[in-house]
Amino acid sequence: MIQLSGITRIFHMGDQAIHALNHIDLIVESGEYVSIMGPSGSGKSTLLNVIGLLDRPDSGHYLLDGRDVTDLSETEQAQVRREKIGFVFQSFHLIPRLTAAENIELPLILTGISPAERKARITETLQAFNLSDRAHHRPAELSGGQRQRVAIARATILRPTALLADEPTGNLDHRIGSEVITLLEALNQTGTTLIVVTHDRELGLRARRRIAMRDGQIEADELEPA
Amino acid sequence: MKLQDILLFSLKTLTSHSVRSLLIMLAMALGVAAVIILTALGDGARQYVVNEFSSIGTNLIIVLPGRAETAGSFPGAVMGQTPRDLTLDDAHWVGRLPQVSRYAPLNVGVAELSSAGKLREVTLMGTTVEIFPIRHMKLAQGNFLSKTGDNSAQIVLGAKIAQEFFPDGNALGQRVRLGDRRFLVTGVMAVQGESMGYNSDELVIIPIQHAQTLLNTTSLFRLLVETRHHDEIDSVREAIHQTLIRRHDGEDDVTVIAHDAVLATFERILRALTLGVAGIAVISLAVAGILVMNVMLVSVSQRTTEIGLLKAIGTPAAIIRQIFLAEAVWLSLTGALAGFVLGQAGSWLLRLIYPLLPAWPPLWANFAGIAVAVLSGILAGLLPAIRAAKLDPVTALSKR
Repeated sequence: MIQLSGITRIFHMGDQAIHALNHIDLIVESGEYVSIMGPSGSGKSTLLNVIGLLDRPDSGHYLLDGRDVTDLSETEQAQVRREKIGFVFQSFHLIPRLTAAENIELPLILTGISPAERKARITETLQAFNLSDRAHHRPAELSGGQRQRVAIARATILRPTALLADEPTGNLDHRIGSEVITLLEALNQTGTTLIVVTHDRELGLRARRRIAMRDGQIEADELEPA
Repeated sequence: MKLQDILLFSLKTLTSHSVRSLLIMLAMALGVAAVIILTALGDGARQYVVNEFSSIGTNLIIVLPGRAETAGSFPGAVMGQTPRDLTLDDAHWVGRLPQVSRYAPLNVGVAELSSAGKLREVTLMGTTVEIFPIRHMKLAQGNFLSKTGDNSAQIVLGAKIAQEFFPDGNALGQRVRLGDRRFLVTGVMAVQGESMGYNSDELVIIPIQHAQTLLNTTSLFRLLVETRHHDEIDSVREAIHQTLIRRHDGEDDVTVIAHDAVLATFERILRALTLGVAGIAVISLAVAGILVMNVMLVSVSQRTTEIGLLKAIGTPAAIIRQIFLAEAVWLSLTGALAGFVLGQAGSWLLRLIYPLLPAWPPLWANFAGIAVAVLSGILAGLLPAIRAAKLDPVTALSKR
């Protein structure tokens, strides 16, 4: 469960202070499917970064699964990110010199899992994401959809509680994009919290809960009845 | 993240930029090779000089007439006295000291040697038969003053002189004229070549008394003394000094040098020289270190998004630092090892080209070369690694 209370994030541009997040209060239950929409500059990406512990709020409190993670040290936050959060980015962020399998392997290496177990879990994951025949290709040799699948596989291999996607289809054409979204939604079906940031209305409307942001504040928070 | 995974990960990075990595390695390797080859050269020169000196014996004490130190005016000078000669009698007294195993008085001069219509100037050495073991000289034919007390006019010719005057090799038993005196050739020296500044192949040796008459002097040029044991060389040196002061009515007018001391001085000078050239070579290692730093800084800024990603998937800053440091260590370590091999090959080549020069790189130079290379690599990697670890993940990821 994600609990934000009074989260404020201020950026300074010259002598002007911009409230990227302005006293945000938000609770996301485990297993929810949330879309965050809004024009650029509305603070939606900053919100996602705060939830993903990539960015620190200037004030407010953040409880993740009941634990206050606001003031954790850098190293502790890294551990929380590793164990509980998976990121999916618009531009995939695969490491170009590593193969698909090696990219997926990274979180496992970080956790210090033995090579034998790593191998088994990668084979399993590659199969689940339908990437087995692409395992030894580098990102440059993969299509956009395949790259995003590799990125999602990497984000989920440690079974995080929350999957944070920032414009996951932004660099993909419509057909491939909806394939990727279907994949993310399937993961949500298995119990992973899914938060998607997008300014694509069609994509945003697929989520049961839709949050609209403007000027660092939550403008609307709608829950579609089940 | 386990150490082996960190090492593997950074190695993968380096091999994906193989040309850049190889060039850096080459810079490191050349630095280390320079350290090794230059110290091999310097130490080879030192070894060479030490060997030369040792060929004359390390148990050697040399007595020179006159004082080496400048100590105001000579005390006797006021009374019109001059420093006393070092005489043949002095030599015999020194020779009677119990710790002395051998001694050879020495007079050196130049005279004309003529025989069978041939004539040339030669360096003559007046001495006793003891000179041969003391200076490790060998006779090819005949002998010299073989009977004790023999004082006849004998001469031993250097190999080249004998060859010039008697090309048929029948020098023994011939009569030659040296200066205004006649000598009987009783021996020919074996070919030895240059040693300590004179060429024994172009030397003639005559008994000391004849040399003193010929050169019209009563003062010895040198007195060479060999002690029984190397470790008592200092006490013997003192004993000789005291004996001579006593014989010279309390006047300290001789200089007694342990041959070792001369050797030690040479060793010191050449060691300093070796360290000097090694120091210059170490500078090239520092340059290589700066190259490593430069490349790593470029690498950090090129891989900003990668660093952001690593942070996003939960890599602590410490691990990111270690990943980049490991790259610097790989570069410098492989470079250093390649340089070590290159340096060994280079000094082998030196020994091949100059067989006289024992150009073996000293052990410390091998270690120092590698250690300095790795150290400079790590130091150079430190700044880029810290910079990488400090990157803010949000800005890093937003960079395309």
